[in-house]
Amino acid sequence: MKIIVPVKRVVDYNVKVRVKSDGSGIETAGVKMSMNPFDEIAVEEAVRLKEKGVATEIIAVSMGVPQCAETIRTALAMGADRGILVESDADLQPLAVAKLLKAIVDQEQPRIVILGKQAIDDDMSATGQMLAALLGWSQGTFASKLAVEGDTLTVTREVDGGLETVALTLPSIVTTDLRLNEPRYASLPNIMKARKKPIANMKPADLGVDVTPRLTVIKVSEPPKRKAGQKVASVAELVNKLRTEAKVI
Amino acid sequence: MTSLVLLESDAGGIKQPSRSAVAAASALGEVHVLVAGVDLGAASAAAAKLPGVAKVLVADNPALDHLLAEPTAALLVGLAPAYSHLLAATTAVGKNVMPRVAALLDLQPISDIAAVEDADTFVRPIYAGNGMATVKSSDTKKIITVRAASFDPVAAEGGNAPVENLNVGDMPGLSKFVSAELSKSERPELTAARVVISGGRGMQNGENFKLIEPIADKLGAAVGASRAAVDAGFVPNEFQVGQTGKIVAPELYVAVGISGAIQHLAGMKDSKVIVAINKDEEAPIFQVADYGLVADLFTALPELAAELERS
Repeated sequence: MKIIVPVKRVVDYNVKVRVKSDGSGIETAGVKMSMNPFDEIAVEEAVRLKEKGVATEIIAVSMGVPQCAETIRTALAMGADRGILVESDADLQPLAVAKLLKAIVDQEQPRIVILGKQAIDDDMSATGQMLAALLGWSQGTFASKLAVEGDTLTVTREVDGGLETVALTLPSIVTTDLRLNEPRYASLPNIMKARKKPIANMKPADLGVDVTPRLTVIKVSEPPKRKAGQKVASVAELVNKLRTEAKVI
Repeated sequence: MTSLVLLESDAGGIKQPSRSAVAAASALGEVHVLVAGVDLGAASAAAAKLPGVAKVLVADNPALDHLLAEPTAALLVGLAPAYSHLLAATTAVGKNVMPRVAALLDLQPISDIAAVEDADTFVRPIYAGNGMATVKSSDTKKIITVRAASFDPVAAEGGNAPVENLNVGDMPGLSKFVSAELSKSERPELTAARVVISGGRGMQNGENFKLIEPIADKLGAAVGASRAAVDAGFVPNEFQVGQTGKIVAPELYVAVGISGAIQHLAGMKDSKVIVAINKDEEAPIFQVADYGLVADLFTALPELAAELERS
């Protein structure tokens, strides 16, 4: 079966992001960009399914500026077979992304789409669920384990109180949680090989999707800052202050 | 303008994050609530008592047990025409169900709101809370998840709303519940606790988390952990406080042996009072702590337990 893995280009998770002084957004100029960490986990899981003989082909899809091709190359170097880049300079929000992905799924006919559970830039945690809805597919979100058997995908999910296991009828959407796997580093030979793998280019109009944003960002502000408080010298002083000053115990 | 809030319940009644979602909905106008699943007698009675709720809808159907995304979203889509806003708490259930509802209605969801500005405009954290974005939706209907830590929950009692049983039709059978492994604990849930005490990599192993237990017992606290402690296998995943774990905002948060990575701070910096115990006085956690104790946790924790015991 084919597997599609959408990958998003985001500000690298090690970068300390700064709010722009005019409040229009987050400073991204000259900042290191990388694949969204949860999407790396998604690519890794797809590659493992291919290594197990469950998947036959892995297609990495990215959307946005032309540099998203680099994010696709990273996925190709990890083991994806080919890429699709949907080029757009619009602010692509989850609904638009889900519609674009649906159009690609309609063309490619995968049985599983594996996505990261959230992107670390907008923190929406929505695209996978939305794609499942548009396709009328089952969904296994926040997955920490998955197993394919015939037409059934068993997904262990991270939920608030622990773990929940669901059995899904394929085709399905999976979104990855942190502990599904540890993504591999691409080896140099694989990075070289990835350069030769094909990436198809298209535009939202080619897929017949209107990507007009539904949410307008009015402003982005700094979160309220906490001030460092005081150092206490002993446990006794700490307990005393918590009782008499903070009055929380 | 009327909102519908999807509630979650347990043996203790309506869960606290759901009551925070009701509080957020109350800022928008009239509030109806929905309880779904099986054996809903206690849950619907508890929902009817929530202050500010005008009506309780009850959807009793085996397909809705465990609030799996596919049937629960189908139910909400059927109810949506009567409402301007559909809300749920940003919990595993809310995050799973609400975007599915939104896409089925051709709407862009608004995830994890921290404030309501008006019927179309909301504030939500981005980049792990390093920015607060004010966003305005042009959609005709809003699908929202609510950051529980940002809204004081409505009380569990005080209201008296009428209860209406829904006729639930066929539900999509795409998914089946198999099993759940939920951690059994006498302690309060992390997201609802008044006090949270968390351990980090400095705890060194899972066994050492026992040093935290007498203190948690004494303070009625939930026990949490940093991602480093979870990744190292000291404690199970559901203990994790942080950007990708649970977001908590208790009255008192005690961080023990936690350095204070950005991703951890994102999950607890809205706590009212923060205490940090760490032997490294340069640890970033001290920059957000109201009270910092530079000490070896292996001496400080027993001392703290004894000090709390003494008085």
